[in-house]
Amino acid sequence: MSLTAEESEHILPPGQSLGDVTDQLARIPLHFPTRRRWLIALALSSLLLLLFFVAVTVLFTRGVGVWGLDIPVNWAFAIHNYVWWLGIGHAGTLISALLLLMGRDWRNSLNRFAETMTLFAVVCAGVYPILHLGRPWFVYWMFPYPATMQVWPQFRSPLEWDIWAVLTYLTVSVIFWYVGLVPDLAAARDRARRPGWQTFFGVLSLGWRGSAIHWMRWQQAYRLIAALAVPLVVSVHSEVSLLFAASQIPGWHSTIFPPYFVLGAAFSGFAVVSMIAIAIRSLFHLQNLVTDDHLDILGKVLLATGLMTAYGYVFEVFDAFYSGGVHEVQTVSDRFFGVYAWSYWGAVVFNFIFLQALWWRGVRRTPWALFLIASSVAIGMWLERYMILVTSLYRDFLVSSWGSYTPTFWDWAIYLGTLGLFMVPFLLVIRVFPVISIFETKEVLHDERKEASRA
Amino acid sequence: MPESTHYGILAEFKSPETLVEAAKRARARGYRELDAFTPFPVHELDDVLRLRDRRVLWFGLIGGAVGFAIALAMQMFTNFDYPINVGGRPLYPFSAFAVVAFELTVLFGALFPAVGMLAINGLPRLNYPVFAASRFHLASKDRFFLCIKAHDPRFDPSQTRRFMQTLGAESVELVPA
Repeated sequence: MSLTAEESEHILPPGQSLGDVTDQLARIPLHFPTRRRWLIALALSSLLLLLFFVAVTVLFTRGVGVWGLDIPVNWAFAIHNYVWWLGIGHAGTLISALLLLMGRDWRNSLNRFAETMTLFAVVCAGVYPILHLGRPWFVYWMFPYPATMQVWPQFRSPLEWDIWAVLTYLTVSVIFWYVGLVPDLAAARDRARRPGWQTFFGVLSLGWRGSAIHWMRWQQAYRLIAALAVPLVVSVHSEVSLLFAASQIPGWHSTIFPPYFVLGAAFSGFAVVSMIAIAIRSLFHLQNLVTDDHLDILGKVLLATGLMTAYGYVFEVFDAFYSGGVHEVQTVSDRFFGVYAWSYWGAVVFNFIFLQALWWRGVRRTPWALFLIASSVAIGMWLERYMILVTSLYRDFLVSSWGSYTPTFWDWAIYLGTLGLFMVPFLLVIRVFPVISIFETKEVLHDERKEASRA
Repeated sequence: MPESTHYGILAEFKSPETLVEAAKRARARGYRELDAFTPFPVHELDDVLRLRDRRVLWFGLIGGAVGFAIALAMQMFTNFDYPINVGGRPLYPFSAFAVVAFELTVLFGALFPAVGMLAINGLPRLNYPVFAASRFHLASKDRFFLCIKAHDPRFDPSQTRRFMQTLGAESVELVPA
């Protein structure tokens, strides 16, 4: 991951003026360039969203029996996709917050859409436990309120920690995204000519005027929230892993789980960030701001997090044999050779085999190649979450309680529907808000120019 | 001339460096009520304009402490009010309370400085005198503005204006209050 001095100083091509960048980025919402392609994407996503609403209606009227889950596999698609979506969300925060604190300039071309991705990935994750409740209108039972039954939620259970972690994560992500967006909304407000846009951006920019003292306080707040967001990501996905690790089920009851889950989350998230970066840069012709160098770095990060996730795979197996527990070893052998072996080997192939192409610089800098590898990682991580859920549950301690799981049509309908639940708001946000941070890009441009003139 | 008819005088510069240089010279001239408007944060200004305010960071600390206290109090009280014996495990295990305590520390630790930052900055507000300046819309694009406010004791509409013209500004404009 070490960059040469040359690369780290010039992530953006020199010779772009601050004014041009402002106009180019603020123009995107104000004079939307690729109306047709955007509308086609929105129409397809809306179909998926419609599917989601239909499937949820069916689920709520007929109950969770329309899903394929049953004893012993009573956690399947709902929790599996919850973990997958939440993991994807984490890369947005890591890019935005961690790299901000580390002073990595290349993050400034990616942070806005990466954070936007986080918001809606967390929403997709968050709906799953609610759908899984069976009686979703009782979701408020999770909160401590003075109930007439005089009971309280049980704070000694990871299932109760979950809602606090996810709601905190969603709220902090929204705050971080919006605080970072305000100066750009002001820039869009000042470029807007039509009264509708002027009012829209005028109200949302909160009267931001770029005063020096405001910038100073803004930066203190922004960096402070970033510093809180980084450990928050680690805590949220560690907590998710405790939903599994704190139980007795073979294949789950392991101390490797928190780091294994956090790294896998970052891995899948960076894959989706790469896909979105490639799509957005070609959709809006932003090759001058999301450069081949950015793709190169994303490729390296993807490779690095992938190898760390692979280390988790190795140690999961090692753990089982080291423990010598009959049921632990049995679970490993079920994963390798059982009826769900396709999910294990599928995860290995999609996550780690195609990934190896990223060792080559030429592959990292070829948008379609990186896009394909990133898609393969998204699929691979999806298979991994499936594998962790199903291969552990379908055969635990007693042979009498062995069973199987097959997702039904409604399982798939809700999962495909959440893709629409993600894409529709994401497309709307990139339609109306600056998709790349304007002022942070200008900051990088200015700093690089100063470096260049000094050299 | 009553001062209340003016907000101040704005001078426009092409780069942060020229702005910082101008701010230094305005300070040297004895002007104290200065402000600057820039498209991105310019750190040198904090020193030149003697900006110092750490209240946002204190908000963060206080918010974190409040969140932590609420979380612990809530978890301990619910277990005190309705104790459930789970296989003889302790009723008040801090290891089990740590996750929610951490989450609420982060939640309030992020909320307080975000809301506090806006509150101290006097935002949101719908209008502000500088928005009336004819070239101010460039402050969010690629121009850097220095402002000497009218309530500065040394402020004089014509003299201050002449002084600012000597700073190498692209334009100088009197802003009505």
